[in-house]
Amino acid sequence: MAAILSIRDLRKIYDGGFEALKGVTLDIDEGEILALLGPNGAGKTTLISMICGITNPSSGQVTVGGHDISADFRAARKLIGLVPQEVNLEPFEKVRNTVAFSRGLFGKPRNDALIEDLLKKLSLWDKRDNQIRELSGGMKRRVLIAKALSHEPRVLFLDEPTAGVDVELRRDMWNVVDELRATGVTIILTTHYIEEAEAIADRVGVINHGQLLLVEDKATLMRRMGQKQLEIQLDTPLDTLPESLIREGLEMGAEGSSLIYTYDTKGERTGITALLTDMQAAGLKLRDVQTKQSSLEDIFVGLVKGDAA
Amino acid sequence: MNWTAVYAIFRFEMNRFFRTFMQSFISPVISTSLYFVVFGAAIGSRIQEIEGVSYGAFIVPGLIMLSVITQAISNGSFGIYFPKFIGTIYELLSAPINFFEIVLGYVGAAALKALFIGVMILVTSTLFVDITIAHPVMMLVFLVLTCVSFSLLGFILGIWAKSFEQLQIVPLLVVTPLIFLGGSFYSISMLPPVWQTITLFNPVVYLISGFRWAFFGMADVPVGWSLLAIAVFTLGCLAVIGWIFKSGWRLRS
Ligand SMILES: Nc1ncnc2c1ncn2[C@@H]1O[C@H](COP(=O)(O)OP(=O)(O)OP(=O)(O)O)[C@@H](O)[C@H]1O
Ligand SMILES: [Mg+2]
Repeated sequence: MAAILSIRDLRKIYDGGFEALKGVTLDIDEGEILALLGPNGAGKTTLISMICGITNPSSGQVTVGGHDISADFRAARKLIGLVPQEVNLEPFEKVRNTVAFSRGLFGKPRNDALIEDLLKKLSLWDKRDNQIRELSGGMKRRVLIAKALSHEPRVLFLDEPTAGVDVELRRDMWNVVDELRATGVTIILTTHYIEEAEAIADRVGVINHGQLLLVEDKATLMRRMGQKQLEIQLDTPLDTLPESLIREGLEMGAEGSSLIYTYDTKGERTGITALLTDMQAAGLKLRDVQTKQSSLEDIFVGLVKGDAA
Repeated sequence: MNWTAVYAIFRFEMNRFFRTFMQSFISPVISTSLYFVVFGAAIGSRIQEIEGVSYGAFIVPGLIMLSVITQAISNGSFGIYFPKFIGTIYELLSAPINFFEIVLGYVGAAALKALFIGVMILVTSTLFVDITIAHPVMMLVFLVLTCVSFSLLGFILGIWAKSFEQLQIVPLLVVTPLIFLGGSFYSISMLPPVWQTITLFNPVVYLISGFRWAFFGMADVPVGWSLLAIAVFTLGCLAVIGWIFKSGWRLRS
C-alpha cells in the first residue's frame, strides 16, 4: 500500500536552541493506525505540530497524500484533521456552531446532517446548543474530536485523546477510532496508556529525546521483544531454591509457593524441558502451570530505560 | 481562494458582535451625545463658527473618525489576539487557508463593525445639528478606507501583543493622542504657525482633513494628499501582515 504520510529527516530546533526533534523519518500507510509512545517531552506534540502547520520545521520534508506540506499546503492540510493535546476552545461559542466553523475553515460546504451525525456519535447532540464553557472537561475533548472530523479528513492526528477521560469515554473513543478505521482513515495517535496502543494500533512507534527509537508492527514487536513467563505453582512451598535448579531467569515466587521462569520465545531453546526434568529430579511436585506474554508496557519501559542509560 | 473559510471566519466574528449587539449599539449613541453636550454646548457657544460651519457640525467628522479609528483598532486587534490568547489559533494555522484569507475574514468583520459604529454616530449627530454632506461618495470612501486600514493596524497589534496590557497600550498612548491632536475638534489653521507645521507629521491630520472636506468642502490639507496618505498607510499595513504570515512571527514557533 502507498504511504499517505511520508516524513523525511524532520528536525526541530526551538528558538532557544533546544533540539526537540532530531531527524525523524517515517512512512505511514493509508488506513493504518499508528500509536506513538513516549515519555513527557519526548517530542510527540512537536512532530504533530510540524506536520499540521502549527510549528515551522527547522529542516526536513513531509508529504501528505503526495502533497508537500509547505509548497502545496492547501492540498496537504485539507486531508488532515487534528485533535490537539490542549483543550483550546472558544468558551462562548455554541457546540454546533464551533463544529460547523471548523468545517467551513477547511473549505467544505455546509452539511448539517453530517454534523448532526457526528455530534450524536460523540454523545454531544444533547449539548448542541450549549456554550462550550457549559460543558464538562470530557465533553470539551469530544468537541475537539468533532471539530477535527467535521471536514472529513483522510489522516487524523489524535494527541493524547484519552488523557483525563473516564473509562466509558475512552471506550467510546476507541469505538470512534474503529469506525474511522473501517472507512479507511489513517490515524496517528499519541498516548501514555500502553494498553491503548495495544488495543487499537496496528503499528507502534516509540519516541524519546526527539528520536524515533523504533517503529514496528505491534505483533512483530511483541514477538521480537517478547519474553514469556512460565509460572509454576508448587504443591509444597520451598524455603530455598535447590542447588540443582539455580539458573538464569528462574526466581522464586511469593512465599516460595511458586517458581517463575522467564524465557525468550525467540531463543534457540527455551530451557523449559531442562527445567521440568530437573524439577522432577529434585522431587518437586507441580500443582499448576501457566504462561504469560510480556506486555507492550514491559517492552516500552525496557526501551526508554535503555535509551536513558 | 478558500471563500468558504473567509466567510466562516467573518461569520464567527460577526456572531461575537451580535452577542453583544445592544452594547455595540448603545455605547456610540451615548458617547456621541455626551460629546455634543460637552463640546457642542459648552465650547461651541464660545467658538460659534469655523470657516462658515457651525462648531457643532464642524466636530461631527472628527467625532466619527475618533470612534471609528478606536473601534477599528480594538476590533481588529481583539479578533486575532483572542484566539492566540486562548489557543484556538491552532485551527487557523492548520487550516488550508493563506494569510490573505485570514486577514480578509478578520479585518472584513472588524471593519464592518467599525463602519456600523461610524454610521450610528452620524445618525445620532443629526439629532443635534444640521448636516449636509457635500461629497457623499467621497465621504463613504474615506470612511470605509479608514475602517479597513485601522482594522489592519489593529490586526498587527493583536499579533504583536503578548498580553492584554500591550493590547491596550498602543491605542491609549499613541493613537488616541494622535486623533485628538489631529484636528478632530479644531481646524489646524487655528493653531500657531509652528504647531501647524508640526501637526503635518501627524498622519491622522490627513484623514480627518479629507473626511471633513467630504462633508463641508473645506480642508486643512489638499484632498489628494489625504487620499495618498491613507492609501500608503493601508499598503504599509498589508505589507507588514504579509511579512508576519510569511515568517510566522509571533504565530508559529
Ligand atoms: N515552543 C517551544 N519552545 C521551546 N521549547 C519547546 C516548545 N515546545 C516544546 N518545547 C520543548 O520540546 C520538547 C518536546 O516537547 P513536546 O511537547 O513535543 O513533547 P511531548 O512528547 O508532546 O510531551 P507530552 O507527553 O508531555 O505531551 C520539550 O522538551 C519541550 O520543553
Ligand atoms: Mg505532547
